[in-house]
Amino acid sequence: MSEIPGTKIEELHEKLRKEAGNSGYYLNPDKEFTLDLVKSLLINEERFGYPACPCRLASGKREEDLDIICPCDYRDRDVTGYGACYCALYVSKQTSKGEIPVKAIPESRPGKQERLKMAQEQNKQTKETPFPSKLPLPVYRCKVCGYLCARPEPPDICPICKVTKDRFERFI
Amino acid sequence: MKINSVKGVKKAEIMLYTLSTCIWCKKTKQLLNDLGVEYNYIDVDTLTAEDKEKLTVEIEKWNAAVSFPTMVINNKEAILGYQPDDIREKLKI
Ligand code: SF4
Repeated sequence: MSEIPGTKIEELHEKLRKEAGNSGYYLNPDKEFTLDLVKSLLINEERFGYPACPCRLASGKREEDLDIICPCDYRDRDVTGYGACYCALYVSKQTSKGEIPVKAIPESRPGKQERLKMAQEQNKQTKETPFPSKLPLPVYRCKVCGYLCARPEPPDICPICKVTKDRFERFI
Repeated sequence: MKINSVKGVKKAEIMLYTLSTCIWCKKTKQLLNDLGVEYNYIDVDTLTAEDKEKLTVEIEKWNAAVSFPTMVINNKEAILGYQPDDIREKLKI
């Protein structure tokens, strides 16, 4: 594994910080801690081709790791519930101001068997239920930030949290 | 499979399952280093797919979610996640 240059880490950190700020998210203000996580995201990008969560074991297969590509499907819930995401890269407004200390939180991602079961059920449901015919378009939901849109297909990039199209599910 | 050994005072048989990129794993290693205790660790993400699979089954016995770090003490109990107070208590430091 090649060493990731510091300038690349700083650049990505700055990009993520800006994007977070523009969409109502907060990066952990502890810069040393956060830069280390950003570096790990770049390491994972390099070895898997996508920035898998640094604190979780990725399989290396994109479909299986989709829910833990950063930002993961669990971020918003954990930030609301615990004041930080699992790695504590993203934190709540309160945590960002230092009103709540950052600490390790329990894992919200279901185990592998449960994930497979959930995916199957979801798949079945989507296939079996055509969207209500009184609606002119289906509604898609971003699994990361909850953004909803009525259009023939999800957008390539979520306008709110910037995740890719494959992170959307049909909602209605 | 590469098991890394860190020398120190032997307080217990410690097997620490970690990821090389995980911040809480790094903090746990740092804490054990600062406490100066002897421990073994494996960075599970750096293993071959086959070894990963094998170890996942092993870690699952202690931690159904297979999250990291998982610290197995004396092959009897496990501490899940970065829990400095628990670690100090279980190692009687
Ligand atoms: S949002 Fe936090 S917990 Fe989720 S993948 Fe990114 S760093 Fe990991």
